[in-house]
Amino acid sequence: MALILNEEQRMLKESADGFLREVAPVEALRKLRDERDADGFSRALWQQMTDMGWPGILIPEQYGGLAFGHVGMGQISEACGRTLTASPLFASAVLGASALVLAGGEQQQALLPKISAGELLLALAVDEGPRHDPSAVAMTAQKTSSGYLLNGEKQFVVDGHSAQILIVCARTHGAGGSSAGLTLFLVDAAASGVHIERVIMADSRNSAMVRFKDVAVDREAILGDLHGGFALQRQVLDIGNAHLAAELLGIALEVFERTVKYLQERKQFGVTIGSFQGLQHRAAHLFSELQQARSVVLRALQGLQESHPDSARQVSIAKAKVSAVAQLATNEAIQMHGGIGMTDELDLGFFIKRARVAEQLYGDQRYHLRRFAELSGY
Amino acid sequence: MDRTKSQPLVDASRGVHADSADEFRAQVREWLASNCPRSMQQPLADFDDRCWGGRRCVYASDDQRVWLERMATRGWTAPEWPLEYGGGGLNKEQAKILREEMERIDARPPLSSFGLWMIGPAILKYGSEALKKQHIPPIVRGEIRWCQGYSEPGAGSDLASLQTRAEDRGDHFIVNGQKIWTSYADQADWMFCLVRTAPDAPKHLGISLVLFDMETPGVSTRPIRLISGNSPFCETFLDDVRVEKNQVVGGVNQGWEIAKYLLTHEREMIGNLGKNTAGAKSLSELAVAAIGVDGGVLRDPSLREAIARWEVDMCAYELTAERVVDEARAGQGVGTASSVLKYAGTELNKRRFELLLGIYGLDALAWEGEAFNNGLLASQWLRSKGNSIEGGTSEIQLNVISKRILGLG
Repeated sequence: MALILNEEQRMLKESADGFLREVAPVEALRKLRDERDADGFSRALWQQMTDMGWPGILIPEQYGGLAFGHVGMGQISEACGRTLTASPLFASAVLGASALVLAGGEQQQALLPKISAGELLLALAVDEGPRHDPSAVAMTAQKTSSGYLLNGEKQFVVDGHSAQILIVCARTHGAGGSSAGLTLFLVDAAASGVHIERVIMADSRNSAMVRFKDVAVDREAILGDLHGGFALQRQVLDIGNAHLAAELLGIALEVFERTVKYLQERKQFGVTIGSFQGLQHRAAHLFSELQQARSVVLRALQGLQESHPDSARQVSIAKAKVSAVAQLATNEAIQMHGGIGMTDELDLGFFIKRARVAEQLYGDQRYHLRRFAELSGY
Repeated sequence: MDRTKSQPLVDASRGVHADSADEFRAQVREWLASNCPRSMQQPLADFDDRCWGGRRCVYASDDQRVWLERMATRGWTAPEWPLEYGGGGLNKEQAKILREEMERIDARPPLSSFGLWMIGPAILKYGSEALKKQHIPPIVRGEIRWCQGYSEPGAGSDLASLQTRAEDRGDHFIVNGQKIWTSYADQADWMFCLVRTAPDAPKHLGISLVLFDMETPGVSTRPIRLISGNSPFCETFLDDVRVEKNQVVGGVNQGWEIAKYLLTHEREMIGNLGKNTAGAKSLSELAVAAIGVDGGVLRDPSLREAIARWEVDMCAYELTAERVVDEARAGQGVGTASSVLKYAGTELNKRRFELLLGIYGLDALAWEGEAFNNGLLASQWLRSKGNSIEGGTSEIQLNVISKRILGLG
């Protein structure tokens, strides 16, 4: 597949860019932060996104979705990186919807129209520690006569505080650290024994610590195959990581463009600081890296869309590369802006904070380099 | 040339007749299967494995000679050049199919030359009809090997300050000066050379691109020994060299524009070196073979991460090269991509050799002895240091990016 966007995808990218810049720019996130908003996102914005069909982009048409695919959704993810827009889009429409589309039984897929309609919010509960490790699952699901009893704790569940349904990975067999014997369950966030504690992150976005104490679910709560949760979760995480990579690309491009503009305007010693070669070369190096980051993101999104056999590796390549480039871009942005770059008044702080959270979510650059090596046979 | 061995499916003079891309692909596949010698169906192990052609060409094997002849007969050494000058006359789509089919069977490029990559495209774009008729067909057939007379002892990164002068003597010029870093000048048949034709004009406006035979009286070359132990570059001395005026490409004092155009080609070529010399085995495969694995994991974890990072970066670079082509085809090109690719590609190639040293340890640094391939790897490692210098240093590429793309300055 050619590494370019088609006409429809380009139009979606442009309209998403325009819409978010107008309706949900960085100031919107600043406002949510300063007002300590209870949801951590704007319900009105979510309604507008729903009106445009965004929650259903990855959902088949028969369930009220647009079936527009990962390349299209990736353009929105990238645009959200440029504006740092907070919304349930990632947790619900990317992770939640993908899990249900990939594995849901008939009854569970009946939830998809509600996701398309923006009525149902989901969250994926994967990790039990601060560093991503999808096989380190101690949480248990003990078989009972009518279903399962869940016990354990999940950490840093993205948008877990506002979700109605949690997708939870628990151990139905085997010991912690093994990828075998894991199963995904759909759990009502309001069920008895579920305790959700909101954690506001450095990027002013939300995650949650979720405790499960003797939470009873029936057999129909199993998503996908019993003991087959790891493989399913892996696919969902690949999708999540590809969209995080797209968001990181948006972040990196935005801070870079803002920095270049500053280099063209800021004067010291009677000249613009962009006339200094010491800064020019660093900016040019960053430009070269950004060009390459763009290529790996597009290939990863295309790979997911086509179910390419090498798609897992393409995603790890993208997450590893873009995380590194986004680190460089945000660090250089602050350094090249000088003192003003350290102030909360300028937006750069929001970008560097989000960049690091997005990198750490579901594996940072080193995690994905290791995974790349593993998938490459070394 | 033995035409009975290679039976073109169509008359080469009339181009390719295929109603569809699939049909063309089938024809190409069949022709390659019966015309590409077995020994030419394996990746190039090294830059020196290439066939460079020329009057004094010494073929590495009979197969290499036959492969060149057969491809040249069809014009497929220069697939997209016009039929009337001996090229293949293929459109972009067909050329891509040919490239893909050659890659599929690991067919070696039949001919590598500065004629194909640099001066040929420049003559086709800027040259007179007479120059095209004179020079293009021998380039396609690999009969003439070209070298590039650009840099001078006092004009490296600041190429436009070159001092080699050409005095107007009516129907010809008399050229005096010295060129340096002339690749393979001692093996080349003709030189394309930048000379100063208007000494009092601003430096960019007094330069012309001229062509002359290296056997012309007054031309002499001296190889330069590099840290790699090899001498791929020469000094070239020009003492009262007569150059006919009809050998000026694109008009007197118009040389700088063509020089810039050629530098773009050169950048793309050098930026791609990493890919061409990578051979069949990837860095990680070499590491696994040399160091071994424990439970599927390379025994040196820190080297493992460094190799993984390099392979990820290399992949990003290759995808970018691919994207640039796709964008150009879709009319979305940016045109300044060559600086990015040259910069990124050469830095990656240097890193690759440093990692190979890490993989092979002191074996990689043995200089003599059959057991150590007579220091081949050490020599290649040292040679790679020149990649980010030749064809415009990395720093020059960064200047180009910051000034022309980012508008800094």
